[in-house]
Amino acid sequence: MLEQRNDPSSTLPGDAHERERLGNVRPSEWRNPRPGAWYNLAVVGAGTAGLVAAHAAAALGAKVALIERNLLGGDCLNVGCVPSKAIIRTSRLYAEMRTAEQYGAQVPANIRVDFPSLMQRMRAIRARISRADSVHRLNEAGVDVFFGEARFTGGDALTVDGAKVRFKKALIATGARPDTPSIPGLVEAGYLTNESVFDLTELPRRLLFIGGGPLGCELAQAFCRFGARTIIAQKQPMFLPKEERDAAQILSDAFARDGIEVRLNTRAVKVRVENGQKLVDLVRDDYESTVAVDVIVTGTGRVPNVTGMNLEAAGVDYDVTSGVRVNDFLQTSNPRIYAAGDACLEHKFTHTADASARIVVQNALFLGRQRLSALTIPWCTYTDPAIAHVGLYVRSARAQDIPVKTFTIPMHDVDRAIADGEEDGFVKIHVKERTDQILGATIVARHAGDMINEITLAMVAGIGLRTLARIIHAYPTQAEAIKKAADAYNRTRLTPTIQSLLRRWLAW
Amino acid sequence: MSQDDCVMLERLQRAAFGYFLQAVNPANGLVADTSRENSPSSIAVVGFALAAYPVAVERGWMARAVAVERSLAALRFFHDSDQSGSPEATGHRGFYYHFLDLYTGVRVWRSELSMIDSALLIAGALTVSMYFSAQTADEVELRALVDALYRRMDWGWAQNSGTTISHGWKPECGFLRYSWEGYNEAIVLYVLALASPTHPIEADGYKAWTATYQWENLYGYEFLYAGPLFVHQFSHAWIDFRGIQDRFMREKRCDYFENSRRATEIQREYARRNPHRFAGYDEHCWGLTACDGPSNAMPILANQRHRLFGYAARGVPYGPDDGTLSGWAALASLPFAPEVALCAARNMGRLYPEMVSGQQYASSFNPTLAAADQRAWVSAGRFGLDQGIVVLMLENYRTGLIWRLMRDCPYIGTGLRRAGFRGGWL
Repeated sequence: MLEQRNDPSSTLPGDAHERERLGNVRPSEWRNPRPGAWYNLAVVGAGTAGLVAAHAAAALGAKVALIERNLLGGDCLNVGCVPSKAIIRTSRLYAEMRTAEQYGAQVPANIRVDFPSLMQRMRAIRARISRADSVHRLNEAGVDVFFGEARFTGGDALTVDGAKVRFKKALIATGARPDTPSIPGLVEAGYLTNESVFDLTELPRRLLFIGGGPLGCELAQAFCRFGARTIIAQKQPMFLPKEERDAAQILSDAFARDGIEVRLNTRAVKVRVENGQKLVDLVRDDYESTVAVDVIVTGTGRVPNVTGMNLEAAGVDYDVTSGVRVNDFLQTSNPRIYAAGDACLEHKFTHTADASARIVVQNALFLGRQRLSALTIPWCTYTDPAIAHVGLYVRSARAQDIPVKTFTIPMHDVDRAIADGEEDGFVKIHVKERTDQILGATIVARHAGDMINEITLAMVAGIGLRTLARIIHAYPTQAEAIKKAADAYNRTRLTPTIQSLLRRWLAW
Repeated sequence: MSQDDCVMLERLQRAAFGYFLQAVNPANGLVADTSRENSPSSIAVVGFALAAYPVAVERGWMARAVAVERSLAALRFFHDSDQSGSPEATGHRGFYYHFLDLYTGVRVWRSELSMIDSALLIAGALTVSMYFSAQTADEVELRALVDALYRRMDWGWAQNSGTTISHGWKPECGFLRYSWEGYNEAIVLYVLALASPTHPIEADGYKAWTATYQWENLYGYEFLYAGPLFVHQFSHAWIDFRGIQDRFMREKRCDYFENSRRATEIQREYARRNPHRFAGYDEHCWGLTACDGPSNAMPILANQRHRLFGYAARGVPYGPDDGTLSGWAALASLPFAPEVALCAARNMGRLYPEMVSGQQYASSFNPTLAAADQRAWVSAGRFGLDQGIVVLMLENYRTGLIWRLMRDCPYIGTGLRRAGFRGGWL
């Protein structure tokens, strides 16, 4: 039976994998320890930011308390990156089976999607990865783990499960939760979010995704490839409005090939249930329509978890929409208390949560002055093809009056992409005009997430395209596209004057 | 250019102009969007028709008096049209609905009040007002009507309280939420908006639009990126961009005309690579642009395994691309790259003669979807925009007539200067 379940611990079925995961991230026999007299660092929230900070601080000798109200590992492990990537892998396999002819292979007869089996694989993977986040590892690392609701009682203390935890420094790493759109009838009809969609035990026949954000796109493509009729309805008039238009164009075509129906500039205005199906009224400009689906998944953004902790008592300013207010050093309005991850950041990614937590450990415990703004943050939407980005977009560079030039290599010019039958996409590297300084890059490719790391490395290390052109890339690889972009830059250095000099030199 | 080429161009240009004779409603000057049955009028096609009349007069295809009469019919219709903005009106605030009933001139298809199509209409109107400069009663009236139509356009309103110009407006839901993103055919729109003596926009509107430009190094060429070929042609039908530069082009040491030449070369490079392995594509067979095209919804193509896009803005190198090419688009690049455009026109005409009928180009053809007799799939009927761009671009290549007329149009000069253009003929 499908129903709205916003408690990730209610995952069904309770198989061995789930027992292993819960044994790692929320053991039923757990008893909170007696708090120490004080802690160097009290961490509220044990998602990515909280776990990274707790482990890093403990490894450096700090006394650390970690408080979690639900599951260790947070969204990423339990209801985000890990389970979604696991099912995306299976969905790619099904897509490749159906298009096997393109690879000179035979399409298997009777391709049957075994949804329970692929979800079981997802749970097995999630359980395995949960070992790294387990309460036992935290204990071994010397971290005191408390399960329960944290409430600040002042600027240097909080309570959890009736016990008082005193701290010299604290970190708020409470993450975010799905924002639920206020659509009449939605709650009554029932809906899923990214937190509950992984609880499905049967493949819905028809799904409507409300909101066309990255996670919604990833899941929509996966469910479509499992055989569900999938519709995405989003308010914004442009598909993936934050991405470069060409990237969105390529993905839009890929979605159309898969059979996903994308309805842009469209609002869901009413939901009702008739004959066991959900009827959703959609409005686009002056055009109204109704779609009948079995499951609605909302993905209209995420809101930070900032209430219920009595942050007022700690003197920590926050906003229910943008989260805990922090300065560039991730310090809140109470200088002893810091924040990291989704609770305070605009870019709500696991790797940003990780990086911000490391900044907090340095700044809070070791007088560090590391700045959030100094980070170079890549991100990737793991659709097929994937879209990865780092640094500035052309639009933002031009808005800052930075002259920018883009070196573009379509993947159809890359031998390995041709051999792999993965020619959809491009590498675009944006440089400051008349220099080789990389301002940013966008990659659309099957493995864009892996490829973007080379550009991030170059940007952080201050390596320009001129040097990248000297890096020997193993042949044939798809990452050779980056080398080709660097070669294209080098060719622009051959100005007519230099070409003329070269000709004269070679004429001797 | 060989004598054969001259003959070919004359033949194709005259046939393209013939569309405006076949598809016009002489009573109100409106011209059908396509030659298909029950086609409404497209206001942009009327703009192209207006600009084509001086060409026809110069070439002896149409008497001056007839051309003036045709122009006056259209201009009087628009001048006296219902501007209330009601769902059944013709326009609002000096702009017009994209599609109008060919006979009554009222809005059809619940179409939007279209800013770019209104701009193309008024560009055509300005062209005739520059050409018909005699002091006869008709030509004086013609010029007065054009000026009144231009002055009536409320460009500030079209910004919808923002800086850039909105795509359109509907009485049912107000302004559309789409905005111009990246380089496209809208330079002529901005030039006209900046030059308005009555409702001009500020220069920051042009700056805001050009801030979305992307300058790319692709296939060894550096150019201001836009995928579909028509984007690199439409504003050039009216404005001579040779040697004049705005701030962006000064920074890039290029101009929009040279940019269109490079865009033409990039089309060839793409077709030579032909990443999707469609039939026919090579360096002498290209032309991906906005056009009609095959669709999986067509019963005879329902079983096609690759996806077909119907009417779409096809482009390079990121698509959409379903193997559909436009012969007219390759030919309309003639002013920018005469050799390659002529070569493509000859080659495509020789290999796919079915895409030209009565010497008029079909909107598109698709050799991958060849029928049993090996003939390519061909779009049915003719589209007015395609015929219009052929008439204007061939004329610009042959005599530069439209460019010359518009260079002398004070509004165009003012708009270009306000957009930051300098140098060359300006």
